[in-house]
Amino acid sequence: MLERKSHLFLLFVTISVLFWGLMFAHAVYRQRADEVLFQQKRALVGWLGLTDLCLFTDARYTRNPSMADMNTPFQDYPLSFEHFPSGSLLSLPPHLRAHAEDR
Amino acid sequence: MQLLEKHKNIIDFTLSSLWRRKGKNISLIVVYTFIIFLVASVMFFTHSIRKEAALVLRDAPEMMVQRLVAGRHELIPVRYMDEIGKIRGVQSVKPRLWGYYYDPANGANYTLVVKDELKDSVGSVRVGSGVARSLLISENAAIPFKTHDGAYLVLKVKSIIPSESELVSADLVLISEGDFRRIFAIPDGYATDLTLNVRNSKELTTIAAKITQIFPDTRPILRDEILRTYDAVFNWRGGLVIVVLSCAFFAFIILAWDKATGLSAEEKREIGILKAIGWETSDVLQMKFWEGVVVSLSSFLLGVLLAYLHVFFASSALFESALKGWSVLYPEFRLTPFIQAYHIATLFFLTVVPYTVSTIVPSWRAATIEPDSVMRA
Amino acid sequence: MIEVDNIRKVFNMGKPNEFVAIEGVSLSIEARKATALKGPSGSGKTTLLSILGCMSRPTSGRITLLDREITSLPERFLTDIRRGTFGFIFQQFNLLKGITALENVMVPAYPSGEKHSALKERAMSLLSLFNMAGKADSKVEWLSGGEAQRVAIARALINNPSTIIADEPTAHLDTKLSGELMGIMRALKEDGKTILIASHDPMVYESDVIDRVVEMRDGKVTHA
Repeated sequence: MLERKSHLFLLFVTISVLFWGLMFAHAVYRQRADEVLFQQKRALVGWLGLTDLCLFTDARYTRNPSMADMNTPFQDYPLSFEHFPSGSLLSLPPHLRAHAEDR
Repeated sequence: MQLLEKHKNIIDFTLSSLWRRKGKNISLIVVYTFIIFLVASVMFFTHSIRKEAALVLRDAPEMMVQRLVAGRHELIPVRYMDEIGKIRGVQSVKPRLWGYYYDPANGANYTLVVKDELKDSVGSVRVGSGVARSLLISENAAIPFKTHDGAYLVLKVKSIIPSESELVSADLVLISEGDFRRIFAIPDGYATDLTLNVRNSKELTTIAAKITQIFPDTRPILRDEILRTYDAVFNWRGGLVIVVLSCAFFAFIILAWDKATGLSAEEKREIGILKAIGWETSDVLQMKFWEGVVVSLSSFLLGVLLAYLHVFFASSALFESALKGWSVLYPEFRLTPFIQAYHIATLFFLTVVPYTVSTIVPSWRAATIEPDSVMRA
Repeated sequence: MIEVDNIRKVFNMGKPNEFVAIEGVSLSIEARKATALKGPSGSGKTTLLSILGCMSRPTSGRITLLDREITSLPERFLTDIRRGTFGFIFQQFNLLKGITALENVMVPAYPSGEKHSALKERAMSLLSLFNMAGKADSKVEWLSGGEAQRVAIARALINNPSTIIADEPTAHLDTKLSGELMGIMRALKEDGKTILIASHDPMVYESDVIDRVVEMRDGKVTHA
């Protein structure tokens, strides 16, 4: 049955598709299972008055991007370059762009 | 049934043909799978973080008021609260005390947050699991905090915030107000910023405008803006993400180019033989179609599965050094999987379809030649 | 069975290297007989052979197969007819490299969507006919000249064609194998097949298997 190469390929595709099904099912399962966790985190955020996720702890404006002011990335000097690697992963928060336009 | 058998036959032949140059084709599939793996990993990761932020930051403060001096974030006088509290629609104003502490012991930055509840437990703190990991400490350990005047304030760890909430709390140190002011010398009439609650959330922008009118040196930040910050995080238009995607895109173009710039003499000859022994042009093109599909579909199926495992089971291990940057304290990116079918479909149409097309199109000409050309070769 | 009427074939028409391969050829090939096309290289034998076998179209002139004119038949129908009517044995064998002898024999029938097991059985019995059953799973690169020849013949027979066309089949064979080849041709003729061979090898055109010799020179038939 499996001596035909096309059967091998179709088997591979079938198995992959099954795993894809598992993947989606797993995602749904985890989303449901983590609902409690999300409530807890949400509560923590509300209790502490937090404003950001803790993703990068190397610089102020990457630790709290929503609180950042425009010039902290260039803190050393007006023309200095971005020097924190994580800064290159984040793009400018939209409200900073808006504020800049207001001025 | 006959059509199915015909296609199975053609796939048989295509696979034999691909297997003939198995070194080249296996490396092709490996590279292709890796590219898709990278792109899908980035997709899964960024989308899950955005969902996390959207779900978790829903209870962030409705409005925060910051003070800016010479474009920099400055401490805000607590007396501002009196004026702000009088604005119509403001339900409550509270001062917030928080700041960054650099620990020379391990080179890490912590976020110190003052909580009223802790004012009775002067001398003790609650730390996030990232802090505990970084200092290799557990409950009841003592942490020396260097104060503004060079002295040391030793605080005891009352408890560690569970690591399930790492993505918001990894670097937090919850501290009493007294201890906080000892460390940072923030004068009594000042706070880091103010948080507001309003009666009607539709009035937020008006109230914000009024605040800037009264105190032109302040900047209000709305919860909405916080949420939108994270929508823009890892924006494909920014920084490293676009570098990764561009590399993947170009690598992919190179692969497809190799196919698209035409067939080798050997491939042309093979097509000639097929036509000479009775294959029609459409049969040859079907073979080329399957050639493209076998490679690109296999890579796509594998790449996405591997990306899912990478991001949601291995905590995006391959991105660790990029994500870590210069951070010493690093949260465990244990993300909840959120998949957007739209992204996956787009990835499919950007990878499988062009590759298959670039396999078929160059063969068009060869497939339509008169079979007798093979006789005179 | 096959008739060509005043056909002409020009290659690279309109270009500086325009070349007239055959000119004013009219010929009638009889069914169930073996016909040989004799002539030096460049005489147009191969071109005529490919036109007779519906592998290419004449630039002008008409071609009739079993009383049906096929000169301007669309490619799809032509291929269909060719698949069922003609089995080709090429000078260079033209076997597909990197796949087994058995697969080579089966490939011409792939597009028909025939049931795989039936096709495989038929291919195996053809290989057995030529004593190649043992080499069915060998890659063709590993076969000797004579073995490759036999696989090529088996392949030509897979769709059970009524006519076998061979272009210089003995070019790469020694005397013994050439004799064997002509023996196979005799057997096929006895089976009721029409044979058409182009060759400048006397072992072919002087063989008693051949019923008729058509001589060609410089693109024209000199003796029919």
